[in-house]
Amino acid sequence: MKKSMLSIKQSYIVCAIGVVVLFGVLMGVCETGAVSLYVKGIIMTCCIAVIMTTSLNLTIGVLGQLTLGCCGFEAIGAYSAALFSKLLVANGVVMNDTVRFLLVTVAGGLVACIFGVLIGIPALRLHGDYLAIITLGFGEIIRVIIQNLKVAGGEGLDKGQQGQALIGIDRLANLYVVFWITVVTVVLLFMFARSRYGRAVKAIRDDEIAASASGINITYMKVLVFAISAFFAGIAGGIFAQYIGALTPSMAGWLQSINYVIMVVFGGMGSLTGSIVSAIGLTILPELLRAFSDYRMLVYSVVLVLIMIFRPQGIFGNWEFSLPKAINRIFYPKGKKGKNGDAGKAEATGVEETKEAKHE
Amino acid sequence: MGNQIIMFISQIFNGLKIGSVYSLVALGYTMVYGIIRLINFAHGDFIMVGAYVLMLTIPAIIACGLPAWLSVVPAILVCVAVGVIVEKAAYKPVREKGNNMTALITAIAMSLLLENGSQAVFGADYQTIPTIIQIPSIAIGDLKIDGATIVTVLLGIIIMIALQLFVSHTKQGKAMRAVSEDKEAAILMGINVNSTITLTFAIGSGLAAVASLMYCISYPQVSPMMGAMLGLKAFVAAVLGGIGSIPGAMVGGLVIGVVESLTKAYIGTITGGVITSAFADAIVFGILIIVLLVKPSGLMGEPESEKV
Repeated sequence: MKKSMLSIKQSYIVCAIGVVVLFGVLMGVCETGAVSLYVKGIIMTCCIAVIMTTSLNLTIGVLGQLTLGCCGFEAIGAYSAALFSKLLVANGVVMNDTVRFLLVTVAGGLVACIFGVLIGIPALRLHGDYLAIITLGFGEIIRVIIQNLKVAGGEGLDKGQQGQALIGIDRLANLYVVFWITVVTVVLLFMFARSRYGRAVKAIRDDEIAASASGINITYMKVLVFAISAFFAGIAGGIFAQYIGALTPSMAGWLQSINYVIMVVFGGMGSLTGSIVSAIGLTILPELLRAFSDYRMLVYSVVLVLIMIFRPQGIFGNWEFSLPKAINRIFYPKGKKGKNGDAGKAEATGVEETKEAKHE
Repeated sequence: MGNQIIMFISQIFNGLKIGSVYSLVALGYTMVYGIIRLINFAHGDFIMVGAYVLMLTIPAIIACGLPAWLSVVPAILVCVAVGVIVEKAAYKPVREKGNNMTALITAIAMSLLLENGSQAVFGADYQTIPTIIQIPSIAIGDLKIDGATIVTVLLGIIIMIALQLFVSHTKQGKAMRAVSEDKEAAILMGINVNSTITLTFAIGSGLAAVASLMYCISYPQVSPMMGAMLGLKAFVAAVLGGIGSIPGAMVGGLVIGVVESLTKAYIGTITGGVITSAFADAIVFGILIIVLLVKPSGLMGEPESEKV
């Protein structure tokens, strides 16, 4: 029976092939000019949403703590990436565009991560509703502070003006690079969620007191997850800054954060593949329904309530899509339905997700 | 010097005015949280609903020859209806099936629904409300106190006392306290938990309608998003006072109002312009964070212990 299934190694290879195929499709579509700049923009936005949603799902779904401040970290990442980029130019540092993009984006992620730790240590003493509210509070404070920072408005740095949008950021975001950043992000998140640490985190979600009694350092784990989430939110922010080229403080507002929370909930709390699908779906859907954009949030909120009533665990629930598993099912239908075929799951999802993006 | 003192006192009264609006809204948060452990995010939006009802009914009320403030009656009726419908249609089914997080997400969804629903109906722009009431201001020496301030503060105090009496002395009030103390035990004592929760929502929403009247007396404007920030600050007030505590909500609301007003007036001078009045919102949330970290049970709340 086992012989007929893909081994773990094969599963990884299948997934890797899947990602490469997906990238090939992306490149093919873009290079041949089959898609417009507009569509490329949507794919870029999808990638940013995927990074935000999957990283947020780590906190909400895997750790089980509702935070409403993820866009605060996105904004910190975006602003610090933008200002760092400007600083490099101002100091006459010359480097390859892609290198600069990566350097600046990672810098944004690191700054967001530092803030994640600083905010996480006090905030994570609370849980449930109080945590949601305190993160919302931090998000709003970040928004107000950015709004009133002189360096973070107008042209930025010493030419900055208080209370204005930050403009003139070099638009270095390249779709291919962003695609790979997204893939790496998803793979890393999967690896974390399925590692020893990830299992400890899930134990905390299921029963904090029991986990603590089993010797898991609750505070450390929570702050770790929070910081990882913040890091990737900062990365997403850095990409966003260098894709759009202008930033406003309102991006840190809690309504923006709720947008991502909605994506996580739609996809299924705890399912990273679910997050990927819903991030892509909910990014594209409004574009298709431009005519009804006034009613978008209205529909969202109704659907959200219905999901909470009839399927509180979200569309995917805990279930993860897995390419090797799907292949097993198609080619070896007689095999025991890969029990918990967890092995290949992680990587596979990364692959499939990108596929999804491509199809759109 | 004399001028500055008068300025200071009038700033405090300004703070008390908006603070009593926060108090009334905070009462709604605190009662609902006390009984079902849910932050009713939609509560701030009940104020917005109330304000729109005021806007629509005031002309009709005036046409009937009645004083404009009577339009608070239809506002209360509509808000109570909205509150009860939200509870029955959304919160109750989710409460029965889900956990705390799903309930909170539902509350956020209901808030979005109300905001975007009224935006679809009334448009996103600010609309003005006709003058509701003209109260002459009172002068004590050089100090002038706005009539609306006095009415607002008095109304707030009266409602709080009435509510406190209701909760401590009537049968329904005792049922409310029993349910918030221990739901299962309350059921065993023959209390109808569901109707008690509904009553709590009805009272909370009715208070939100009164709050919208008080708010609109001073700031005669309506917009679909007006409830969001107001609601958040009122929630901060509820947490500050100790969530679940009625006098706590009142005190918390007044403190937040005064702090906000004084911040707007003086922070620029005190810090030499480093921190400007634009930071007022950040300071309100800063208070929230400090309270949550130092004394999560608030000024007047009772600490909760974790049970295994």
